[in-house]
Amino acid sequence: MSRSQADVVIVGGGFMGAATAFFLRQRGRSVILLERGLIGQQASGTNFGNVRRQGRFLPQLPLANRSREIWGKLPELIQHDAEFLMSGHIRVCYRDEQADQFEVYAKEASQYGLKLDLFRGAEMKARFPFLGPEVLSASYSEKDGHANPRLAAPAFGRAAARLGAQIVENTEIATVEKEGAEFRATSTDGRTFHAPVLLVTAGAWGSLLSEQFGEPVPIAVHGPQMAVTEPTTYGIQPVVGVSSPHIEEVLYFRQVTRGNIVIGGCARGPAYPDVRRAYVLPQNTLLQFKQMHRLAPALAKLNIIRVWSGIEGYMPDDRPIMGASGNVSGLYYAFGFCGHGFQLGPGVGDTMAELIDTGATSTPLEPFDIRRFAAVATQAQQAA
Amino acid sequence: MGQPVTGQPRVVIVGAGPAGVRCAQTLLAAGISPIVIDESRRDGGQIYRRQPENFGRPYAKLYGTEAARAEDLHTTFERLRPKIDYRPNTLAWNVAERKLHLVHEGHASALPYDALILCPGATDRLMPVKGWQFAGTYSLGASQIALKSQAVSIGRKVVFMGSGPLLYLVANQYVQAGAQVAAVLDTSKFAQRLRALPKLLARPDVLKKGAALVSSLKKAGVSVVNGIEPLEIVGTDADGVQGVTYRDASGREQRIVCDAVALGYHLRPETQLADLARCAFRFDEPTRQWLPQIDELGRSSQAGVYLAGDGVRVLGADGAELAGRLAAYAALSDLGHTIDASTLDELKRQQQKMDRFRLGLVEAFPWPAAQAARLSDDTVVCRCEGITVGELRRVTRDEGACEANRAKAFSRVGMGRCQGRYCGHAAAEIIADAAGVPVEMVGRLRGQAPVKPLSIATVEEVE
Amino acid sequence: MNGRFIRLGETGRKTVAIRVDGKDVEALAGDTLLVAMLCSVDHVRQSEFGNEVRAGFCLMGACQDCWVWTAEGERLRACTTVVSEGLQIVTTQAEAQWANL
Repeated sequence: MSRSQADVVIVGGGFMGAATAFFLRQRGRSVILLERGLIGQQASGTNFGNVRRQGRFLPQLPLANRSREIWGKLPELIQHDAEFLMSGHIRVCYRDEQADQFEVYAKEASQYGLKLDLFRGAEMKARFPFLGPEVLSASYSEKDGHANPRLAAPAFGRAAARLGAQIVENTEIATVEKEGAEFRATSTDGRTFHAPVLLVTAGAWGSLLSEQFGEPVPIAVHGPQMAVTEPTTYGIQPVVGVSSPHIEEVLYFRQVTRGNIVIGGCARGPAYPDVRRAYVLPQNTLLQFKQMHRLAPALAKLNIIRVWSGIEGYMPDDRPIMGASGNVSGLYYAFGFCGHGFQLGPGVGDTMAELIDTGATSTPLEPFDIRRFAAVATQAQQAA
Repeated sequence: MGQPVTGQPRVVIVGAGPAGVRCAQTLLAAGISPIVIDESRRDGGQIYRRQPENFGRPYAKLYGTEAARAEDLHTTFERLRPKIDYRPNTLAWNVAERKLHLVHEGHASALPYDALILCPGATDRLMPVKGWQFAGTYSLGASQIALKSQAVSIGRKVVFMGSGPLLYLVANQYVQAGAQVAAVLDTSKFAQRLRALPKLLARPDVLKKGAALVSSLKKAGVSVVNGIEPLEIVGTDADGVQGVTYRDASGREQRIVCDAVALGYHLRPETQLADLARCAFRFDEPTRQWLPQIDELGRSSQAGVYLAGDGVRVLGADGAELAGRLAAYAALSDLGHTIDASTLDELKRQQQKMDRFRLGLVEAFPWPAAQAARLSDDTVVCRCEGITVGELRRVTRDEGACEANRAKAFSRVGMGRCQGRYCGHAAAEIIADAAGVPVEMVGRLRGQAPVKPLSIATVEEVE
Repeated sequence: MNGRFIRLGETGRKTVAIRVDGKDVEALAGDTLLVAMLCSVDHVRQSEFGNEVRAGFCLMGACQDCWVWTAEGERLRACTTVVSEGLQIVTTQAEAQWANL
């Protein structure tokens, strides 16, 4: 039976896995990237496509900033721009509480180097004339934007392959074990893949692997509710998103230069990781229509032509798992990005490659440490 | 108004063409009043499409040899109408959790069902030709609809090109109606029809009609050419179609001046609702496409969901009427009714004859799969998105996209308003050829709601 | 008459007045919007991704090629819309008119 060896084996060929494979190759490390289906098919390929920093948990901004720098260099780095557009991004709200929060956030974010401009009233209307009359305030991030999630991870995968990474698609991993100083991943058809370092970037399925090393995490799985309109004249530049304590109001959209408007939000849908299917509930599509009448009434003239969903892994504290294992040396994680991982993809790849290659990283990862769920893991073990 | 009586199972039919009407008729005869959802303004479907109420042409003129069947279907429906819940101008845009999602005049509602019988019919099946995006190119079905339901010709000088029994039928109808037909260009070869003769003989009356059509066209001075290969629809951006070039059976390049082309290669079923209802599909080798699975009565793989008519596999109007009856019996049986065995047996026997004829048609007028490999790189494959064959080949060869949905994600083929109806089959052949795999390996485009474009202005109906 | 479609009969119907690109077009009651337009002009819209004009394709509401803009920035599928008095259609999409910019 075939046996492959490398410096690093990565399980999970989404954006995080493909980007890390690329950056590890740049650092001269040999890599095997294992993917059950095709690169970037799951959450990486079905998300909204937001490349935004504003609105993130502040301690995540260094990682987001690092990632943003790479987004701007994609053509020279991976010979593909993934249709990244620095279109700007606005967060809007309907209530004073959120408007006040925008101001607080803008001050705090500036300390992380993220410059935000706040708009209200006539100035807001003049700058963003498509906004509905209920919108109270807009927080504008000039250097944020959007890209095409269907293309980004596969482009990183191909770039990694050109640098010599072994990209192994259509390969389902049955078991992963550590024997001595080496990890061994075994596929369902009996091939084995060996390395002293293992990186788990298996998204919504990440916990299935982490628990094999005594580190289960309480991951919840949901499907984003996406829709897209027919193409129409390009007229709305920034990505637009609502900030609200009520999830049904949290609508977002972005217009691509070809003219289609991608829409998401207002609800989470059912996702079935066992069969790799996720669905958009019809009532959620109608809910998005209702909210669109408030957010950008002119869009009500358009037709949607398709909906889709995907499988996203969420942690209860809305922060991903990233960093070294708390139990096993040579084991690393980057999964569970709570529906906001797309912008972080290049940065996660770069950071994990640095961490694996040198043993440390300049980007703070403590908030994402898997050990924060260790108590839960211990309780689970004791109960078993 | 035909609302189900309390305690009666709720049976919902989608489509009011031959399959849907005979289905409703059969249910009513068993005492069940169905809800019939019709996207169109009037019943009749496509082949028996009705002209607007203020038109005066008689049935003989509109439907020719099929006049009696058309009239029977329409009068049947008019008799049924007061006893059913008929909802025209209503689109079924989604189906989920045993509810059919409807939109009517901008209002959305969810209709729970005990049995759902899908009879959505078919569209033309197209293989791209270089230049088919120019204004003046229409599907073959479109040219017939233009004449039948609007009394217009699609142009001053029309070329009919492609394959299938409809090609000669519609060309002849145009001639009879006084339109100018430049030529009928058939990609199928006479030899193919000879080989298919045994199966075509399963319905000798239809075979006879076909032969009469060809001689009628020739008598009217229309050039009828067999075994051609389409090369190009010549046109300009501003003015559209100017002519057609093709290669004749002896290999010579020929050109015909025209301002309209009616193009088609028989039909493809509208399977989107069956897909959304999570019915299982299987690859149909003779027609090289994916079709929803059904048992001999029309039961899908999903309990409570039945499929009938051209929307599941193309048998034509007569076959659709039969299929509608059979599906109704399947639903009735599953709802606890006793069905007379001899009635069922007779219908099934007739259905088998239809099936043999269908396979004969496929052999006589095959889907021109081989044309896909010969299309030039600059031919548009996806009309909605303007994507060329070359771009599709590039993502297959250079980016490893050997599967339909992957190729769509990378190239945008199939991402447009029509959601792959008119490019999907050709795209699969192009991908298969570029990847060097059998077309079955390419798979099929995953269906998603809405079945047709849905306005953001749509509001939920308040109960 | 620069129309693409040719009327072959049923011409004794009531007329319906619409406007296409600001010009008066006389349709007949019972025409679809597509037929009404194409009996007078030779296209109904511009392609988004090519330089060619478009004039519908399937005539049965399947291809979605004949969606047109009204002067008010609304969408109509021409082959399944029955023509009505006063309809105003534009065949080129004005600069983002739908977004009220």
